[in-house]
Order: sequence, then structure tokens, then C-alpha cells
Amino acid sequence: MLNAVEISNLTVKYPDVKALDDVSFVVKEGDFLGIIGPNGAGKSTLFDAMLGLNTTYAGTIKFFDQDIKKSKKHHQQIGYVPQKPVFEKNFPATVSDIVRMGLRNESDENRIDEILQQLWIHELRNRRIGELSGGQLQRVFIAKALVNNPKILILDEPVTGVDQQSIELFFSILRELNSKQGITIIWSSHDLDAVNKLANHVACLNRTLFFHGESEEFFSNDDLVKQYSEASMQKHMHHH
Amino acid sequence: MSFEILTYTFMHRALISGIAIAILCSVIGLFLVLRRYSLFGDAIAHSSFGGIALGLLAGVYPLWTAYGVSIISALIITKIKDRYNISGDASIAVLLSSGIAAGLVIISFSGGFTIDIFSFLFGSILLVSVDDTILILALTGAILIVILLLYRQILYSTFNEEQAKVSGIPVEKINYLIIFMAGITVVTSIQLVGVLLISALFVIPNVTAIMYGKGFKQTAIISMSFSVFSVVVGILISYIFDITPAGTIVLLSIALLGVTMGIKSAGLLSKN
Repeated sequence: MLNAVEISNLTVKYPDVKALDDVSFVVKEGDFLGIIGPNGAGKSTLFDAMLGLNTTYAGTIKFFDQDIKKSKKHHQQIGYVPQKPVFEKNFPATVSDIVRMGLRNESDENRIDEILQQLWIHELRNRRIGELSGGQLQRVFIAKALVNNPKILILDEPVTGVDQQSIELFFSILRELNSKQGITIIWSSHDLDAVNKLANHVACLNRTLFFHGESEEFFSNDDLVKQYSEASMQKHMHHH
Repeated sequence: MSFEILTYTFMHRALISGIAIAILCSVIGLFLVLRRYSLFGDAIAHSSFGGIALGLLAGVYPLWTAYGVSIISALIITKIKDRYNISGDASIAVLLSSGIAAGLVIISFSGGFTIDIFSFLFGSILLVSVDDTILILALTGAILIVILLLYRQILYSTFNEEQAKVSGIPVEKINYLIIFMAGITVVTSIQLVGVLLISALFVIPNVTAIMYGKGFKQTAIISMSFSVFSVVVGILISYIFDITPAGTIVLLSIALLGVTMGIKSAGLLSKN
């Protein structure tokens, strides 16, 4: 299997803190990686670097052996689903307008229909995005991320503000994308149970990487699970 | 009243230029409104006042100096805004006042206001020359072609800069391109409505069109139609009743906004 993602000695410093300290790991093609860690663990910082939004890092990030600082090819290989899509509520765009934005070959209307059908949102095609529920919006943004047939799908805690039924549908869509279409998935999440159910690899991040391996190994190690849960709880309580 | 006015060649020039400017302002304006840059057109227009004054003082055709000054100051203020993290509305205020201030100082050097200044402040579409008309058509055509070619990139970076960047769109370059095109559009439109009312053409038809709850292309088409309607009817009415075209055009577009708000309140449009 090829290395879909290879991160070596990634360090990101902010003026008063090291947000990420010497993080290295590899994601093989076809992996479903769940990244877990408490709030402020550096998950967003890691994603910003991987997505090319922050280029002031030390270390290297490679997608399919191409350093993202040297090649722009990775843009075509990545689909990205943001945490909570921010937009003006009255932005004059329909569901198909949004998906079309992601499409490199704009005139390929068949592809838009196909992806909307795959994500169960075809009947919403001509609705304005401001009228949609959280779960519907989430599927629109997944459709936009997938419309170019990316090899890697990156999702940043994409279940905030989404109802339970939509979350279940979302999980089954992710599972199908990974197992049937072989898309590599990198997914940051707070939900340990969901990661246990879906991901086959786990990375625990808290400024440094303190675990990376198969999810069975992680979830069979009670100490590790407890440690993560406590770290997460403390951070949560600290926040509230 | 008769259709005789439609036979005058000055009226042909006015209507052709007016329609081109109406389409141009509505398209560029839609992107500015959605970027929360509604007053940017106004700011560029005010900075062009400095350019016009400079042209009058130097004895150069004032619109040429206006193009130069507005485009350069718009790009500079955008750069400063990004570099020093000044908010969008504050940077607009800086640009707006510096243009007027520079214009006033330059005018006082040249010995005070002249009649020419007023035609730039309030527009003079009925006086537009053949050369002006050709220039307006050429610039409108060029800008519309650029927008059609880069449609996805411009729309995507207007919708969400971060996501556009992730998909490989050169967002900063696109932003500068829009500012550049807005600069050209504003100065081109000065002849129609003047420096003081330009932002009306940028903003009002688009705010109106957005209320119809349609997709992006349909919203753009509705906006263009309203804009063209206001300009054509405004020019004709103003000639027939001998009133100012600029004011008439803007009042008509405000009337369309009012009607749309009425229809919407009556629940005849999909809620949004």
C-alpha cells in the first residue's frame, strides 16, 4: 500500500506555545484514521498545516510522496469537510451551486447529480443552502468535498450541531466511502465510541503524538483509553 | 410625449452606455455585497474624486487620472488592510476620506470649483461621447469575459476563502483582481450616476435580487434585469421631465427594492 499521507517531525510554534511538537506519522492508502485528543490538543493546527492554510511549520508533510510545499498536486487529491461551514445565511446559492464550486470541470452536471444522489440530497438540489438543517448541510459539504473524486477525505469534527439520525447516516456514508471506494479518510473527532466503531487506525494527539496505531490496539488498552478520556474530561471541565 | 427621443443619437449613446454600465455594476456589485464590501464602490468613487481633480488641474482628461488614482488607491488600501489587520469598514472610511481630502486640496490649488466637477459628482450620461461609449463597451466586455472565465474561482473565494484555498484557488490573487475590476467599474460608471451615487448601482439591485431566494446565476440575472430597467427607464423619464438622470435611476432601483420587500412581506416569496 502507498503512503497516502506522511508527516515527519511536524512542529508548529505560536508566539507563546508550541501547538505541535515533533509529530510524525504515516497514513496508508485505504486507512480510516480517527484523530482524537482534548480541546486545544493541536488537531486544528495539524489540519491547517495539512490543508496548506498554515505554511509556517517545521518538518514535512507529504501526500502520495509529494511535499505539499513543493507541489500543488495535493489539492486535487484532497476533499475537505470543515467543522462548521461558515457562510452568510442569505447567500444566494443552491445546493447544486455549492457542489459545483468544488467541481473542477464545471460543466459536468452528471457528476453533480451522481454525487447528490449518493448522499441522499438530490431532492434538495435547488434549495438555498440557508434553508437546510445541520445534517443536510453536512451532506452538502461532503458532496462538495467528494465531487472531484479525491483520494483522501479530511473531516474536522463534522458532527457538531447535527441530529442523531443524520449522524448515523453520515457514519454509514463514511464507512461505504472507505470500504467500497477505497477512499482514505482522516477524521478528527471527540466521539471515542464513534471512532471505535468506524476507524481502523487511531492517532491520539496532545501537542505531541502519544499514540498512533490500529484502533484494536488502542481500544484494548484500558490505560490508554482511560488516559484519553480523563485528559479529554479535564480539558472539557476546564473549558466550561 | 412621443418616441421621438429614441431617434436622437445622443440618446442611443446614453442608453447603450447606460445598459453596459448597469450590467457591469450589478455583476461586480454582487460579489462586493456578498463579501460584505458594499461600501467599497463608494470608497473607490470618492478616491476617484482626487483623481478627477488631479486631471482637471493637470489638463489631462480627468477620467484617465481617475482610473489610475482609484485603482492604485484601492489596491494599496487592500494591502494595508491585510497587512495591518484593519477591518473592512474602517479601511473603506480611510479610502473614502483620503480621496475627497486630496481632491479638495487639489481643487483649491487650481482656484476653486468649476462646472466640470459637478458633472463628475452627479454624472452626465446624456453628454457621453462616441469615444466614451466605445470605451465603456470595451471595458464592460473585458470584465465580463474575465468573470466568466474565472467564475468558479471568484464565486468560491467569495463564498468561503478558507475552503477555496484548500481546493487550490489562489484566493489572494482573486481578491486583488476583484478590487482591480471594481476600480475600473466605478470610474467607468461615474459618467452615468456620478461619484456620489455609484454604490447605489452596486448594492441596491443585488440586495433586491437576493431576496428572491434563487440560486447564484438566477440572482445575478434578476439583479442585472432590475439594474438595466432602472437605468433605461430612469434615462428616458429624466429626459422627458427634464430632471437629473442619476437621481431618477437610483430612486427607481429603490422603488424596485421597496416593491420586492412588499411582495416578500406578503409571503409571496420563499422565506429566507
